[in-house]
Amino acid sequence: MKALKISRKTGKFAVARLVSPLSAAGAAKFGPLSLVNEDAPALPVNDGWHRIIPRLTGICGSDLSLVEGHASTYFDDWVSFPFVPGHEVVADSDDGRRVVLEPVLGHAARGLSLPFDGAAPGDGDDYAHLVGGCLEPGIQTGFCHSTGGGWATELIAHESQLHVIPEAMTDEQAVLVEPAAGGIHAALATWPQVSAAIARGETPVVAVLGAGTMGLCAIAGLRRYVPQVRIIVGARYPHQQALAKSLGADVAVPANELLRAVRREVGCQVVGDHLTGGAHATIDAVGNSESIADCLRFTRPRGRVVLLGMPADVSLDLTGLWHRETAIVGAYTYGTEHLPDGSTKHTFDLAIDTAAECRLDRLVSATYRLDDYQDAIAHAAAAGRRGAVKIVFDLRDGRNKKETR
Amino acid sequence: MPRPGFVLDVDRSTPPILFWRGENFSLEKLPAGRSRVIYAPEPLPAIDDVDGAIRHALLNPIDQDPLPAQLFAGMKLTIAFDDVSLPLPKMQRPDIRQRVIEAVLDLAAEAGVDDVHIISALALHRRMTESELRHAVGDRVYDAFAPRGLLYQHDAEDPDNLAYLGTTPHGEDVEINKRAAESDLLVYVNINLVAMDGGWKSTATGLASYKSLRHHHNPDTMIHSRSFMDQHRSELHKSNWRMGKVLLDSGVKVFQIETTLNTDTFPSPFGFLAKREWEWKPSDRMTFLASTKALNRTPSRMARNIFHSIEAPHQMTSVQAGEVEAVHRVTTEHVYKQQLVEVKGQTDILTLGIPYISPYNVHSIMNPILVMCMGLGYYFNMYRGMPLVREGGVIIMTHPTRPEFHPVHHPSYIDFFEQVLADTTDPHVMSQKWEKQYAEDEWYRHLYRTTYAYHGVHPFYMWYWGSHALKHLSRIIVVGGDPKTVRRLGFVPASTMDDALEIASDVVGRTPTITHLHAPPLMVADVS
Repeated sequence: MKALKISRKTGKFAVARLVSPLSAAGAAKFGPLSLVNEDAPALPVNDGWHRIIPRLTGICGSDLSLVEGHASTYFDDWVSFPFVPGHEVVADSDDGRRVVLEPVLGHAARGLSLPFDGAAPGDGDDYAHLVGGCLEPGIQTGFCHSTGGGWATELIAHESQLHVIPEAMTDEQAVLVEPAAGGIHAALATWPQVSAAIARGETPVVAVLGAGTMGLCAIAGLRRYVPQVRIIVGARYPHQQALAKSLGADVAVPANELLRAVRREVGCQVVGDHLTGGAHATIDAVGNSESIADCLRFTRPRGRVVLLGMPADVSLDLTGLWHRETAIVGAYTYGTEHLPDGSTKHTFDLAIDTAAECRLDRLVSATYRLDDYQDAIAHAAAAGRRGAVKIVFDLRDGRNKKETR
Repeated sequence: MPRPGFVLDVDRSTPPILFWRGENFSLEKLPAGRSRVIYAPEPLPAIDDVDGAIRHALLNPIDQDPLPAQLFAGMKLTIAFDDVSLPLPKMQRPDIRQRVIEAVLDLAAEAGVDDVHIISALALHRRMTESELRHAVGDRVYDAFAPRGLLYQHDAEDPDNLAYLGTTPHGEDVEINKRAAESDLLVYVNINLVAMDGGWKSTATGLASYKSLRHHHNPDTMIHSRSFMDQHRSELHKSNWRMGKVLLDSGVKVFQIETTLNTDTFPSPFGFLAKREWEWKPSDRMTFLASTKALNRTPSRMARNIFHSIEAPHQMTSVQAGEVEAVHRVTTEHVYKQQLVEVKGQTDILTLGIPYISPYNVHSIMNPILVMCMGLGYYFNMYRGMPLVREGGVIIMTHPTRPEFHPVHHPSYIDFFEQVLADTTDPHVMSQKWEKQYAEDEWYRHLYRTTYAYHGVHPFYMWYWGSHALKHLSRIIVVGGDPKTVRRLGFVPASTMDDALEIASDVVGRTPTITHLHAPPLMVADVS
């Protein structure tokens, strides 16, 4: 099979880190990523494993940080090298189904007992299973040597990871299901603050900083699953602002105007560089020192900042967080969600509905062949600046395409 | 003998004309044979004995008893004065307000009046700093009154210190400063820089609340004021005059003191700015060249500080006191005598060099909304009869129009620029959709009352000021402005004057007539 593979070569990561500020394509060319032809991963002996043939696979921010050598060393012990990236996958399974991949390699995939009946792969409060069972360590497909990843012409996946998608759903919609699930998970993480605001008779305000793929999916999730919420979005580029509005944002402004927009919305004051009040909750869909610091400035005391963007190393003055008793919570992947109406659902089920209903295929800006990975990486790294959102690899070759209508 | 205003027909021998560009200027060659330049009259002679003239006015008022006859022991006396927005630039010390207030206080002391309050009539403008107050009223007055809380600034958002006096026959609420309304005598000390100032506008606007001001500071009033400089054709003035009647009927007794200044605007190093270009001496050319070269290399913040440190050598040309309307009639004659320039016919294109200063950015930043207000609100309205530019014509302004705002003075302007102008540039739409939110925003209210911020609604008023021009013109072009900012204003950016004329040709043809208003110094075009 043909695959893009990341090897554990410290020198290559260092080169990528040096080159990436100048050229993402250069980082792809000289860094740890390489295009190889090799045997497909072997199926484990456990039941329920399938070979799947990707149709489209997305390029995610976490993939880019790996290719560019910026990923946190935290993951060193949670992944297994070499591995094939790619976890936003729509594929054909070996039994003829068209599926999207829920990439978390959970208990079922590793042959371990579920933390509770009906648990999704991402559930559980002990991550020991991510480095155990029948697979090598790996938080997800796309970070695990045993399974391969979506940036290849073939990989393996467990039945617990596969979701059959409706016939009417296009591949372009389906490839957005995984990021949509992440966005919905972050959106629902605001519910404690939002529900408390509603109980007090206030209009809940959620700010979203960043409107790349994840920010936009969070906006869609907020609009669909978090009732009564006013959504204020800070997005760097005009096309992102327009998409944010079309997905349900009430207000979309340039990112550097978000603090003032939140103030206008909630009617509080400004002291120093912090709002005296602010949004009930904020979703940081950027994930760096500046964005987290900004979110702390315009989230109200005892509010919540949901980190959707992967932050890696950050440097922050946390005095404001201490003083305002702000909660910062991570929003990683998905699992079983407790919805405001009291029901529980798996995030991926919500995401499949969302991708279709919100026509998320409009976020797919360009497709590339695997052979053109350097151009694809460069495009993805400059997506906002180039008026794009999601860049994907098109691996369909001669297979029928279910294109965007 | 000062020369009157002058309209120069541009021909091939006409030198390039000076255009202001914020904290800088440029020389622009206007097309020969179809361009003209309007120059202000030269400064009228000043009154030699200023203090004597003031005292004479107080002792011989128009249609009222002499001031000493109206003063008595035990009375409540309030002196209100025009705020930092006048004059422009600030005048060299002693400020004329100081001289008038000192004269009034001398008479009050002679009469045994000891309950005196002095109030800066700032309406919804920002509060003045201590140094600005000292500059306006002088150290002696400031030190005698301010420490005891007897010299202070009008607060249009203080419900405990506002008096509701009723409504006009048009249903306009009249609410002004309580101390002023309840005094036995309100003495108003005015500087009448342009014909728009003074009269009932002093008290009915300067001492009013938002509730009252909104009746005449709105798009409809502005569109029907043609122009602000012609009281009899100005709805703004008619509304203020109606409110003045309510003041009188409520028993508010006003002793109005109005002063006029000549157009001696710039001190000697900058004297060339007021000269006619063909009369520039080699030293003027050298100063111009040196200034522009230096300013091109000077950071805008430093350039701003340099210009705002200019103190104008304005001199008083008249002072009159007494009954408000009678006084204002005389004052207006003096203003017109200094500023009127006869102009025949309208033009296709009006060009305006926007300077570094407007009434609302003294010691501050001329932000994009104030650029609009200065060009379309003030300069466009410097006419009597009919606008200098024909309906459907074009205005070309020169100004860098950077997206810079003073965060302390103009906080709501930033939101206005980011939120309101991103939504609409239509004065009527924004007044309906957005004004209330800004006017009642508690944060802006807090900043206005306790710091040095303009009221939250103020950027709307600045935009409304240009309502007539926005309706009248078919295109507004800004030469040298930041393109993104200019577009946010709804205008068209141009890189050079030639570029601007090319852009304008879409609507006024290839050979339009062009008129340049060579201001400052200020003037009013009497267009027939």
